[in-house]
Amino acid sequence: MVDAGWYMALAGALFFIGTVGLLLRRNALVMFMCIELMLNAVNLTLISAGRALNDLNGQVAVFFILVVAAAEVVVGLAIIVAIFRVRSSASVDELSELRG
Amino acid sequence: MIDLLWLIIALPLAAAVFLHFFGRYLKEPLSGWLASAAIGGSFAVAVVASIPFIQGGEHGETQMLWDWMPAIGAGFEILWDPLSALMTLIVTGVGALIHVFAIGYMHGDERFHRFFTYLNLFAASMLTLVLANNYAMLFLGWELVGLCSYLLIGFWYTRSAPPPAAKKAFVVNRIGDFGFMVGLMIVFTTFGTLSYTGIFARAGDVLSSGLATAIGLLFLVGAAGKSAQLPLYVWLPDAMEGPTPVSALIHAATMVTAGVYVIARSAAIYELSTVAQVTVATIGALTALWAASIALAQRDIKRVLAYSTISQLGYMFLAVGATAYVAGIFHLMTHAFFKALLFLGAGSVIHAMNDEQDMHKMGGLFTRLPVTAWTMGIATLAIAGIPPLAGFWSKDEILGSAFSRGGWFSVLWVMGLLTALLTAFYMTRQWVMVFLGLPRWAEGVEPHESPRVMTLPLVILAGLSVVGGLINTPLRLTLEHFLDPAFELVTLQHPPEGLGMFVLLAGLSVVAGLAGAAAAFVTYRQPHNAWRDFENGLEPLWGTWEEAYRVDDIYGRAIVYPGRRAAEVAAFNVDLPVIDGAVNGLGRLVRGLGDWARPLQTGFVRSYAALFLAGTVVVVIWLVSAS
Repeated sequence: MVDAGWYMALAGALFFIGTVGLLLRRNALVMFMCIELMLNAVNLTLISAGRALNDLNGQVAVFFILVVAAAEVVVGLAIIVAIFRVRSSASVDELSELRG
Repeated sequence: MIDLLWLIIALPLAAAVFLHFFGRYLKEPLSGWLASAAIGGSFAVAVVASIPFIQGGEHGETQMLWDWMPAIGAGFEILWDPLSALMTLIVTGVGALIHVFAIGYMHGDERFHRFFTYLNLFAASMLTLVLANNYAMLFLGWELVGLCSYLLIGFWYTRSAPPPAAKKAFVVNRIGDFGFMVGLMIVFTTFGTLSYTGIFARAGDVLSSGLATAIGLLFLVGAAGKSAQLPLYVWLPDAMEGPTPVSALIHAATMVTAGVYVIARSAAIYELSTVAQVTVATIGALTALWAASIALAQRDIKRVLAYSTISQLGYMFLAVGATAYVAGIFHLMTHAFFKALLFLGAGSVIHAMNDEQDMHKMGGLFTRLPVTAWTMGIATLAIAGIPPLAGFWSKDEILGSAFSRGGWFSVLWVMGLLTALLTAFYMTRQWVMVFLGLPRWAEGVEPHESPRVMTLPLVILAGLSVVGGLINTPLRLTLEHFLDPAFELVTLQHPPEGLGMFVLLAGLSVVAGLAGAAAAFVTYRQPHNAWRDFENGLEPLWGTWEEAYRVDDIYGRAIVYPGRRAAEVAAFNVDLPVIDGAVNGLGRLVRGLGDWARPLQTGFVRSYAALFLAGTVVVVIWLVSAS
């Protein structure tokens, strides 16, 4: 069995990549993919921790996260598609009308 | 019998309420007759209910109509004893005559029914005051008569002079009320109740002389306001702006006597404080002399009578201050007769002269207004203290009582004597100036005698002024025996015993009266230029009297102006910048904060995401460090 630490490190790296991508990319779909990346990094963390501690709760939590992520993707993609139909662009920088 | 006493207050009150709502639908004289009937009904009830007292021996009873505030001994409780009975008879009797007179005087006024609404409301209030068995109900009546006075003085509110006069009356009265209320508070904290039955019998045991002095002096402040004594008399001359029946009823016969009544009713308290007694009497005598001097030089027919009222009230205060309570109440009664007569007569003259009130423009009215002239002449003799008319007996009893008390009161006696001389002078001056000599009136004025609805009350009051004094002569003290049960807790002061002293003292006051009257008669019988020269020759003294010692001016500069400046400073220099500033400043602060925070809302999704991340980092660090 590979040391759980390596899995954690991989998960951390994936999380970091997802964060940076979320902050730096303009395309809404890419930002969504980054969010998914972050979620999956967390899943990986939970699984490896569960394996290392011999606790099933890790896998139970992952189930929850997978379901929520799926629901969130449905709603989010529906919104993005609706915006795209109106604006013919998926750039989030243009969605700044709610300014103060 | 006591069961029907509530009618005395209820009849005028009900009439007032009825006239308030439905008066406008009644044709003109009807509302006046309704009001007169209401107060006449009260008089009838009072007469019947007074019979037990006339027969003698009855002590009086109380009847609780509604226990309003049991905790402080304040209920709508009627006290029917000889003193309240006498006051009721005066208020309703003279009041009824004045109501009838007013039907003629107010003829043609477009607010005719409203006038009678207020008159009846006043009557109900004054009766509440005199029939009360506790200070709370008395004070309720006290305040209500002040309100009615305000409403009636300012009755012709479209003219420029009445509204300020009405306000002045109310405000000056309020100053007196403040003193009265503090006195009532002391009474309550000392006795635990405001009910007469719980106070007067225990006064001797409960009150120290210091407390009695305090209460007595504070009640004097209230009485001075209501009864127009120094220094709170200034509202009464201005109150002459009201219609003449108002001046007769409120400012001569009834409301202004409330102060005298309060002191007489509180005799058990004054019994315990010589200081308070002396103060009351001194204020009374000073006021009497002061006001008489002012009356000498007045040109307006009603102003003479106003200052005369202040002066005569001073006599009443002198009496009750000397603990000659019967004498004081006796003079209250005779004064009601002849002063009401004088005011109504003046009203008759004013009515005849097309609302002219300056005596310099009258003269020679004797043949045109014979009834008015004769009745006013009788009243003038009465007030001057010429026997056997009413004023002589009551005034003499006061002066005699002051004399026999001695000491400082002898000085007050001299002041009273001097005042009698001045009184005779200015009243004769008025009568001669108005009715004798050559006519001096303007073109187009056609003086005519008043209709019978106005002259009949004059005649009745003249009759009372003639015989009214006979109910308390030294030969037969009927009134004193009548009032005895009301004053059994105190010792009454009397004039000296013996026929010799009586003749001496009475003789002195009669001489003073005749001297004053003769001097005025001789002076003013001369042609108009001659007495004009006489008056001008007495400058600057005459001018000072005519301007009433410029007291209104002094008060204006010493009290009114600083008060107004203080109000302006408070409004514009404190309220506006400080308080409004604080509230507005708070608003500006909040808006400023908002302006500062607004740039956070960029609308940029990515900046929100960055903030999100930063916040998460902070939370994680905190969670990690906390564990």
